[in-house]
Parts: sequence; C-alpha cells; structure tokens
Amino acid sequence: MLDATDSAILRRWQAEPDLQVTELALEMGLSQSVLSRRIDRMRENGVLKGVQGVIDWSALGYGVEVSLRFTLDKGEPRALDLFVAAAREVPEVTEIQTFLGRVDVRLAVIARDLAHWRQLYGERILTLPHISEIEALLHVAQVKTDAVLPL
Amino acid sequence: MIDDLDRAILQVVQANAALSTTAVGRAVGLSQAATWRRLDRLRREGILAGRELVLDLETLGFGVTVFVGVKLATKGRVDLEGFERAVSAIPEVRRVQHVLGRYDYRLRVVARDLSDFERVLRRRIMGLPGVGEVEANVMLSEERRPGPL
Repeated sequence: MLDATDSAILRRWQAEPDLQVTELALEMGLSQSVLSRRIDRMRENGVLKGVQGVIDWSALGYGVEVSLRFTLDKGEPRALDLFVAAAREVPEVTEIQTFLGRVDVRLAVIARDLAHWRQLYGERILTLPHISEIEALLHVAQVKTDAVLPL
Repeated sequence: MIDDLDRAILQVVQANAALSTTAVGRAVGLSQAATWRRLDRLRREGILAGRELVLDLETLGFGVTVFVGVKLATKGRVDLEGFERAVSAIPEVRRVQHVLGRYDYRLRVVARDLSDFERVLRRRIMGLPGVGEVEANVMLSEERRPGPL
C-alpha cells in the first residue's frame, strides 16, 4: 500500500511533525504538488488519520500524572462498556486503553497537585462502576516520548 | 493563565493541527491576526508543545501494541541511566516512562504480530542490564481524550 517514498515521508515527518508541507517537500527533494498528492492519498486510505496539536499539561499547571490500571468485575458482562463510558466523563482522563492480560483497562489521569489528585481519586475515580482492583503508577519522568515508528 | 478563548483555540488545534490560522480563527470567532497572536503566545509559553501525526498502526503493519511493566532487579547497584539509554535505543519501544509503584518503568512497544513481540521482549528487553520482573499486557483499543480544557 505504501511505497518507499511514502515510508520515507512518514519517517521524516514523524521525526519533525512541525514541518510545513513546503519545508518537507524541500527536504525530501519532491515538488510540493507531488508531496501534497501523496499526503492526500495517505489521508484517503486511512494511513494518516490526522495531525494533532500536543498540549503540555504541565505548562498548564497539571504537575501530576498517574497511570491507573484496573481489573473489572467479571460477574457483570457490560462492566467494560459501562466503565469506559463513565471514565470518558472525567475531564482529567487523557487516555483510555483496554487490554488482554492481567489488567483490563488503563487510564492516564492528570491532576494539578497531590491535593487535587486526592480529591479526583475519591470523587471521580473510586466512584467509577464495576471496579474490582486498582493499581496506581505515579509518573516520575518521561524518558522517551512517542518515538518514530520503525517503518 | 489562559482564558476561555485560549481554551477554545487549544481544543481546535488539538483535534486538527493542520488547520490554517484563519481556519482556527473562524472556528473560535476571532480574526486571523488575533488568533495568530494567541497561538504564538501558547507556543512560546510551551502550552502548545508541537504537533503529532496520527497514523493507523495496523495499516502500517504494526498489528500489536503491548504495554510492558519492568521492575528492575534489586540485587547489586542498578544503573538507571544505563537502563534508560539501552531501552530507549530499541526502535520498537516507542514510549518509556519512569514510574513509582509496582513497576519502575512502563514501556509502550509496537510489533508486527505476537511472535514479533515475543522476539523483541526476549531478545531485546529481557536481555537489558538490570531487568527483573516483567509484565506484558496486549492493547486491544485506545482512545485519546481531549483532557481538562
């Protein structure tokens, strides 16, 4: 589906997503129209789903990030759907992943500080439906961030 | 620190960072110039930290994403920086977070399929210096949420 040029475009663009199409074309040695056509085609066939802005939550005063791993109540067949629907209602939840393994769901949750975290945890997290077990990992440092795919 | 218009701008750009300043302005009811000034400030203050391509991993041949928890072995002196350097050098490991809790590190790993993942896990990750207990959970679905804007 992708040829070598497409892969090269994605590798280069992923490494520096702030590049504008004109700059990227120049670096790749492609004309702007050829590059735009290739990008459009990758959007159409769903390889490129979009370009998102990244918000640095710590710059907005959210200094705490916690990874919460949940095991859900196996007696309730709709537990996962109900849990995920309720988690979407919590604004401080930035990521929701479901898993095959010991853990059923993971939420990434941000808070301004530990006092705020305590309040969120009591009022918004522990009240989520069908929780059987919770395990928390407090984020200390980001060592490597969403690196370029090994294309 | 930021007002409601900034929040509105961040919401628009977070969802689609390929929009022109004019289009962002139109979405929030601001002129191109006023939008540009606000975007510029949000960037300078580090709030808008950049852009990210959203790619369909499956179409690109990466059929599995696995979250791996790594506990470092407690025996002997553990070299955190050495471990971090070595684990970050593995191309399939896309994200490394140092955490406090049951594990010391959380890794996000991509692989072609489960047997490819097994190869990465056994040959690359488990062979790193200082690695103790390891737990792997295969991701079934993922949703990025907009966050508290």
